[in-house]
Amino acid sequence: MTSARLLDLRGAIFAVVLIAAAILVPIAALAVPPASPFHVPAYVIALTGKYLCYALLAVALDLVWGYCGILSLGHGAFFALGGYAMGMYLMRQIGARGVYANPNLPDFMVFLNWHDLPVAWWGFNSFGYALLMVLAVPGVLAFAFGWFAFRSRVTGVYLSIITQAMTYALLLAFFRNDMGFGGNNGLTDFKDILGWNVQAEPTRAALFSLSAIALLIGYLIARAVTMSKFGKVLVAIRDAESRTRFLGYRVENYKLLVFTLSAMMAGVAGALYVPQVGIINPSEFAPANSIEAVIWVAVGGRGTLVGAAIGAVLVNFGKTYFTGALPEYWLFALGALFVLVTLFLPKGIVGTLGQLFARERRAAVGARGNRVPAVAE
Amino acid sequence: MDGKALTSSLLYLDGVKVSFDGYQALRGLSLALTPGEMRAIIGPNGAGKTTMMDVITGKTRPDEGDVYFAGSIDLTALDEAAIAELGIGRKFQKPTVFESHTVEDNVLLALKAPRAAAATLFGRDEAGIHRRIDAILATVGLSDLRAHLAGGLSHGQKQWLEIGMLLAQDPKLLLVDEPVAGMTDAETAQTAQLLRSIAKDHSIVVVEHDMAFVRDLGVKVTVLHEGAVIAEGPIDQVSADPKVIEVYLGR
Ligand SMILES: Nc1ncnc2c1ncn2[C@@H]1O[C@H](COP(=O)(O)OP(=O)(O)OP(=O)(O)O)[C@@H](O)[C@H]1O
Ligand SMILES: [Mg+2]
Repeated sequence: MTSARLLDLRGAIFAVVLIAAAILVPIAALAVPPASPFHVPAYVIALTGKYLCYALLAVALDLVWGYCGILSLGHGAFFALGGYAMGMYLMRQIGARGVYANPNLPDFMVFLNWHDLPVAWWGFNSFGYALLMVLAVPGVLAFAFGWFAFRSRVTGVYLSIITQAMTYALLLAFFRNDMGFGGNNGLTDFKDILGWNVQAEPTRAALFSLSAIALLIGYLIARAVTMSKFGKVLVAIRDAESRTRFLGYRVENYKLLVFTLSAMMAGVAGALYVPQVGIINPSEFAPANSIEAVIWVAVGGRGTLVGAAIGAVLVNFGKTYFTGALPEYWLFALGALFVLVTLFLPKGIVGTLGQLFARERRAAVGARGNRVPAVAE
Repeated sequence: MDGKALTSSLLYLDGVKVSFDGYQALRGLSLALTPGEMRAIIGPNGAGKTTMMDVITGKTRPDEGDVYFAGSIDLTALDEAAIAELGIGRKFQKPTVFESHTVEDNVLLALKAPRAAAATLFGRDEAGIHRRIDAILATVGLSDLRAHLAGGLSHGQKQWLEIGMLLAQDPKLLLVDEPVAGMTDAETAQTAQLLRSIAKDHSIVVVEHDMAFVRDLGVKVTVLHEGAVIAEGPIDQVSADPKVIEVYLGR
């Protein structure tokens, strides 16, 4: 596969925008004086950094839904688990600076009269271990879930329903104080990350840049997967699953692999999200969150990757605006948006634009029936 | 698999029974195909022809009976992917191609190559792959449409693409369900010629309603009715068989 094919025009623009944002936004926030029109205020960084994490979640979801037809309504769970893994690291970094000044236990555990750190928390004072868990916990859950679901050939609506059940079950579990993850308050009051104050502007700017880079890397991985023959098999499964089996492909293994990869990407998104918003609590497992993520992908364009990211940013921008201006109407607006997109833009924003461009190009180039296939190098 | 050949047939079905919610689609079907043979299967609608293919390819498990491939491989114990890997390819009654892939990619996906996820994710295209695709597209007459999406093909073209995909799989046994449905007479004749040439180095089971086509193939014919074989032999012999005449005229 050539790099020219890995990045098409759309992908190249996307990459340039992300790299530019990763470099310029921190400069505009830190080095440009507040009076200048080019200054980016702190709240904008926090907000857009959050959008970038959602965009990564959307790319992960598009990989399984857009390319393999697995409509996961539980991807929010993988995002939240990645978030919790990062949150646990951040909690351990508080050390003795908590209200109860206990060097070994987070405040909520002292409050519950616990004396020892639960096993699940062991190792989380190490950043490397936490990063490993950010990938491993969502990955293992997705693998275990997929192992049973895909082997039993649960598909379509039934699969969507059990993914909802999965995230709902986790929501209920994480609400419980005795689970040891902070109950309904979740994890918060973070102080620093790798020794840097999480509230400080330079740290926030760095987290923003990291989110942009993570989104780019996630996009490139997803793109490489979809461009490979593996990716062609995924689309074949989406279009005609049983036909794919009769060709000799083990559909369940393909689904399992892509679902697990996607869950790990969602976990990374959650891990970047938590230090930027400063809290992780069980509401991140709410089934509605996962459904919202599906709407982002639908709005931006299923099966386009870039579209999923754009959809996430646009819808969340709309959400921020609406919840400020007309909070009680947000859910109606979101519902209406979904209905309108489904009816009038079934390919989403990017999918529809892509179609228009393709038509123009075909008109300009003429029939290209005898195109010589690109030879892999 | 015990390695010992139970039969000298390539495909061997004995007393196969399948029922759907009490309805018996196959009622003790027995059939033996010798290696290298091409066999035509006819029978009225609902006779169980497609169900027979479903049993052979692992889509449907029989309630009773034996299904052996290559003498000793029990197909009833395997799933679709494993059976396909053994070398049994199938063309569906309703043409089923990957609509959002190009014609070329449909053939690529069918092409005999490692099927494991790791192989398709990290593997490189084998040398000569494009030559093989070119040859197959030329054989089924779709070279000019290679870059088109399969979803945009006509019904007949989809049938041909599916036959091309079968060729790409290079199976030992081809199961072809109603290959000429929806084709013009000229296309039908071309398809018969194509199947005859494929039959030179493959074993084939063809299900078809089109009598002219079956006659054109010039091979042994098996007549199915209500889930069992009622006649077998050359086309002239079976079409003179009173039982066969009754089944076809009685409807
Ligand atoms: N999955 C299924 N569930 C219930 N009934 C089925 C199923 N598949 C087939 N049947 C029934 O079994 C019988 C045999 O069907 P089959 O499709 O094998 O017939 P056929 O010989 O291929 O007919 P045709 O020439 O119309 O394709 C029919 O009565 C059909 O309705
Ligand atoms: Mg049939």
